[in-house]
Amino acid sequence: MSRRLAINPIACTGHGLCADMAPELIRLDEWGYPIMPDGPVPDDLAVLARRAVRLCPALALRLDRVGSGR
Amino acid sequence: MVGVSSAGDMRSAIPRHAAPAEHRPAAQLGLAQRLTIGWRDADRAAGLRTHWQRYGPLPPHPSRRLIEAVTRAGLTGRGGAGFPTGVKMRAVVERRGPAVVVANGMESEPASEKDEALLSRAPHLVLDGAAAAAAAVGAPAVAVCLPRGKDSLLAAVRYAVAERARAGCDHVDFEIYDLPHGYVSSSETAIVSWLNGGEAKPTAVPPRPFDKGVSRRPTMVSNVETFAHVALIARFGPDWFRQAGLPDAPGSMLITTSGAVGSPGVYEVEAGTLIGTALALSRVDGRVESVLVGGYFGSWHDFSELKDMPLSSAALRGIGAGTGAGVIVALPAEACGLQETARVLRWLAAQGARQCGPCTFGLPAIADDFTQLATARPQGQLLDRLHRRLGVLSGRGACAHPDGAVRLARSALSAFAADARMHASGRPCQGARQSRSTRRVLPIPEGVEGWR
Repeated sequence: MSRRLAINPIACTGHGLCADMAPELIRLDEWGYPIMPDGPVPDDLAVLARRAVRLCPALALRLDRVGSGR
Repeated sequence: MVGVSSAGDMRSAIPRHAAPAEHRPAAQLGLAQRLTIGWRDADRAAGLRTHWQRYGPLPPHPSRRLIEAVTRAGLTGRGGAGFPTGVKMRAVVERRGPAVVVANGMESEPASEKDEALLSRAPHLVLDGAAAAAAAVGAPAVAVCLPRGKDSLLAAVRYAVAERARAGCDHVDFEIYDLPHGYVSSSETAIVSWLNGGEAKPTAVPPRPFDKGVSRRPTMVSNVETFAHVALIARFGPDWFRQAGLPDAPGSMLITTSGAVGSPGVYEVEAGTLIGTALALSRVDGRVESVLVGGYFGSWHDFSELKDMPLSSAALRGIGAGTGAGVIVALPAEACGLQETARVLRWLAAQGARQCGPCTFGLPAIADDFTQLATARPQGQLLDRLHRRLGVLSGRGACAHPDGAVRLARSALSAFAADARMHASGRPCQGARQSRSTRRVLPIPEGVEGWR
């Protein structure tokens, strides 16, 4: 099942933990806010993505099924 | 004050019967007179009796049939996003339970005056369309949302609603609300948030209003001009609607022209009219090299590139533009487009809802960069830094506010590329050097009083 990282930009407060957890997927802009990857999360990085979602202090990250709407 | 013109030939006056549309090339399109009948001689709103004389009564309309008619007409939203109205109505009606209809008259686009002109000249057209749409999607009430502080506009709409109540011509209740008049407060999620008792700030989607909107009900939020077209489609049908405009941009649309024109104001043209033709209606005044199209979330272009382009989102998409809210601003050749853009970007940065990081920090940063550029006082690697910042902001807010600011800034760097190179090396262009003596072109509204 293909999944995509999505963010609620209002909930995100720029802790930046996600970029520490999954640097292969998420980088931070110059103000410390995460930039989501464009495509679906590759299978070999799914564990990292799930950990980033679980550890987000603002509960702003989620993994959406690709094709399940926005 | 709203300048209004509906002079000229009437290519699409109200018909006796509706024949299928004959397709004319964009070069033959021009002024239309559907929504604007009688505007030229009126200094106030048309009353119910005048309205009925002009358009006839609103026919009773079985719900599904109106949705089909609007879909076949190909009507798209006239507020800026251009979403197909029939698709929106279907999405609302397919959700369970009673729906809500919201007529969005907020018109937060500073260079647009068309919604105010429409509501203050022909309020019953808007109310007809909202009532018809409410019946079609199963909504017992219509919320009419207007900008706070526009007292004469509010009075005109209140008067029209009272007139209808006395005539007993509606099966829906109209409620009029005045919302804080911020740039992002007119977006549909912000209006829904405010109507639900919150702040007039955009919210994260999903849920979208058609799914869970006002009181968690399926909610149709559409621009007031869109509803005025619905009122005419309900009367005259989709074939009549398509007699004006292009196959992929049918009907008519209201535009607001300003800048280097002799008669700025609101005009009704067929959708798909060439931008050069549309601008000529308000008499281009002097030399114009650049035009802003869409609004402050729109884009700058060379007039030579734009004048033969039709006012159609499908066609304009190819050059990174859109019809937006129908705003067309002709920049006088002696003005500096970089300075105009910097002023707008600073205002857009201040208009953010301070909810999302990329917008809260990114927009002031690009506004600062642009101010350095506009004043020809570059710090560090200005253009590299600006391009890098513009590259990371789009698509990262809850609403499209950062996307719009980025689009405007990028288009300015492209349309005024030669000036930008000069400014970035510390040499202001001629327009910037003379800017003290030239008037400012793009209007910047005063601050807003809050979000409640």
